[in-house]
Amino acid sequence: MILMALEWGLAAMLVGGGIFALIGSWGLLRLPDPMQRLHAPTKATTVGVGAALVASGLGLTLTDGVISLQEALVAVFLFVTAPLSALWLARVHLWQRVPKDSLPPPVSGDWAVFHGADAADPAGRTGDGPAR
Amino acid sequence: MIRRLIPHPGLSVFLALFWLVLANSWTTGSLIVALFLGITVPLITRPWWPDRPRVARPWLLVPYALLVLWDVIVANFQVARVILFLPKDRIRSTFIAVPVDLTAPEAISILAGTITMTPGTVTADWAADGRTLLIHALHAPDPDAVRDDIKTRYEARLKRIFG
Repeated sequence: MILMALEWGLAAMLVGGGIFALIGSWGLLRLPDPMQRLHAPTKATTVGVGAALVASGLGLTLTDGVISLQEALVAVFLFVTAPLSALWLARVHLWQRVPKDSLPPPVSGDWAVFHGADAADPAGRTGDGPAR
Repeated sequence: MIRRLIPHPGLSVFLALFWLVLANSWTTGSLIVALFLGITVPLITRPWWPDRPRVARPWLLVPYALLVLWDVIVANFQVARVILFLPKDRIRSTFIAVPVDLTAPEAISILAGTITMTPGTVTADWAADGRTLLIHALHAPDPDAVRDDIKTRYEARLKRIFG
């Protein structure tokens, strides 16, 4: 009886997580701006994957009686890598598509992306090359 | 001598434990591999991490992690709502500059990561002098409130942790 309730709980978790992953992908399609699209995979998917991981960990623990810690590792990897990949995607976007003066200025100095790139623009940011 | 051999003891312990859990076997063989990784990886990567971070109150990282975890779950509902129900022309996306008082690179990295994982914000860049973070908010009718929220909710706690 209790086991059955737990199984239902795990199933609900998997479905709920799947719905969140779906919403994240839908956001990727629907939102118009590249920076907005970046929000969908960094958040909506973390709960999606997270729910699947918790369900997997709990399920294995309950059915096989072994405590499964590998799901926790996947979660750690996810929490370390997701912000980093988002950060570098954002920086490439800033560099290629965003005019510097449309950003709010930092307290002092320059944003790191534009640091050292002056008006003459040695990297050719003003050119309309294939990179844009 | 010990310091030269094990430049980051915390990282060494973390890597060794990580390997044991990853291999999911607690035998002498895996223990030897775990120790090998725990010692060699910090040695090889030392040029990119010259200083040991000073963590004044490491135990406060636990409530911090729980707070972030909770906020991640809340964030998902907020972002889901924006994606599903808000008409495209009413989404107020904007870039916000967040001044940072933290000085330890490790602390700033954690703050930047936290911002990306939590309610509707993504870290997009940092100032060359490391004193400002550039963040992008998915839907922020009041950008100043977002900035203040980050400073009081996360940065203040990280300041206490890193002293």
